[in-house]
Amino acid sequence: MPDEDSEVTSVAPDGRPAKDQPAWRRDFPVDWPEDEYRSRREFVAFLMLTSAAFVAGQFWILLIQTWRKAAGQPPVKEIASVNELAVGQSKLFEYPKQGNRCILVRLSDMNFVAYGQKCTHLSCPVLPRPDLGKMHCPCHEGWFDIRNGEPVAGPARRPLPRVGLEVRAGKVFANGYVEGVI
Amino acid sequence: MRMTQFARKQRVTIISGIAAFQMIIVILQLWLFTATMETFLAGYQETALPAVLASVICLALNGGLFFYLHGLEK
Repeated sequence: MPDEDSEVTSVAPDGRPAKDQPAWRRDFPVDWPEDEYRSRREFVAFLMLTSAAFVAGQFWILLIQTWRKAAGQPPVKEIASVNELAVGQSKLFEYPKQGNRCILVRLSDMNFVAYGQKCTHLSCPVLPRPDLGKMHCPCHEGWFDIRNGEPVAGPARRPLPRVGLEVRAGKVFANGYVEGVI
Repeated sequence: MRMTQFARKQRVTIISGIAAFQMIIVILQLWLFTATMETFLAGYQETALPAVLASVICLALNGGLFFYLHGLEK
């Protein structure tokens, strides 16, 4: 295929011929089509690397998920006694590991709920508001239904991670996750 | 056909087209990654494996375009 601009080694950005260009540009010509080709070539290589990075990220998620599945449910742990909390009161506890802060709320005589304390928006600590029937994240005015942890207002889109509970012999036990990851 | 057989302006057009396709694929991968992360954090486990496969297919498409370009340049 004939190359219509094969004789032109430098095309100025304004498209005017070389004789109309200033002296400095005639002395130091830049081959703009070649320059554009090179910069796009580098961009294509960058996109290729970005694509590979996303695949690595997906594998990382799969790996963490497989590892968590293999680890199984966390152990049963006593977190409070029934008499310790009056209706409407709450208690902080750490489950399943130190540093994973969760919150236990007594909704009625025998109805307890527990959630991971990190807001699902940006991990601020949520506070119980049993008087309103909600959990509140004060950072960005996020609200969650206290009965099931579902988001009802604010920026959060995912429910609070819920801790499974069991009440026996006057004690409240945490026995794993019901939903979400703490 | 080799890249040197194209005019220099045509080469820029070809590589711009390839870059545009790759950008669409990478944006798709970005969306896929954020969606997978969302579902992972919400505690759902069904999406991770299909998402990995879809992302690998996207990478293969990107790789195909990249090596096609490489082939043209030889």
